[in-house]
Amino acid sequence: MPDKKKVLIINRRAPYGRSNARDSLDVALTCGVFEMPISILFADDGVFQLIGNHQAGDIGQKNLSANLAALPMYDIDQLFVCTESLNTHGLTFDSLEHSATQLDQTAIQQLIQDHDVVLTF
Amino acid sequence: MALHTLNQPPGNIECLKRCLSALSEGDALLLIEDGVLASLPAYAAHYDQIKVNISLYALQADLAARGLNDLKDNRFIVVDDGGFVDLACEHDKVVSWY
Repeated sequence: MPDKKKVLIINRRAPYGRSNARDSLDVALTCGVFEMPISILFADDGVFQLIGNHQAGDIGQKNLSANLAALPMYDIDQLFVCTESLNTHGLTFDSLEHSATQLDQTAIQQLIQDHDVVLTF
Repeated sequence: MALHTLNQPPGNIECLKRCLSALSEGDALLLIEDGVLASLPAYAAHYDQIKVNISLYALQADLAARGLNDLKDNRFIVVDDGGFVDLACEHDKVVSWY
């Protein structure tokens, strides 16, 4: 059996307003079930997904924050966040509930090169 | 006087800029859905540039969903769905920026 492809998921959209964030989680968890190596990068509005204390019940949605917290159970622990995007939105690393490795533009280029498949949401 | 609603996240900064430049004296701006993310202090400079007197609101359920209750700029008044209806009734038109 050939080596499993390394998959990088790039999250660029804010949670809840569109379905992108939830869709990307579905793909990540599906890949996790098949034990494919997954990395997830949060950039642009996607970094808002890493803010904690979500209470989405009043807008009729499920809490995305809880799903993110469950990723390690699927052996998905390669989470990255774009430093430039954090700075743009005035968010500090400490204000994030979910820990992710900070990457600059050069490191993001390398991250993309290191993966076989890149899916953007 | 108009009620302006904005539902776009900061990634669509042109929508925020266009909306703010369209505000007239006495108007109100209500951030809804992903628009509530524009209540973060990082975007304060955009509101500082508004030349007219306006009121700033953000929708409670959308703030809470995104974990922004303690992170938002304090100049935004938090309203619930009933408050949204009140604002719509108090103004003679609603302008949606999306």
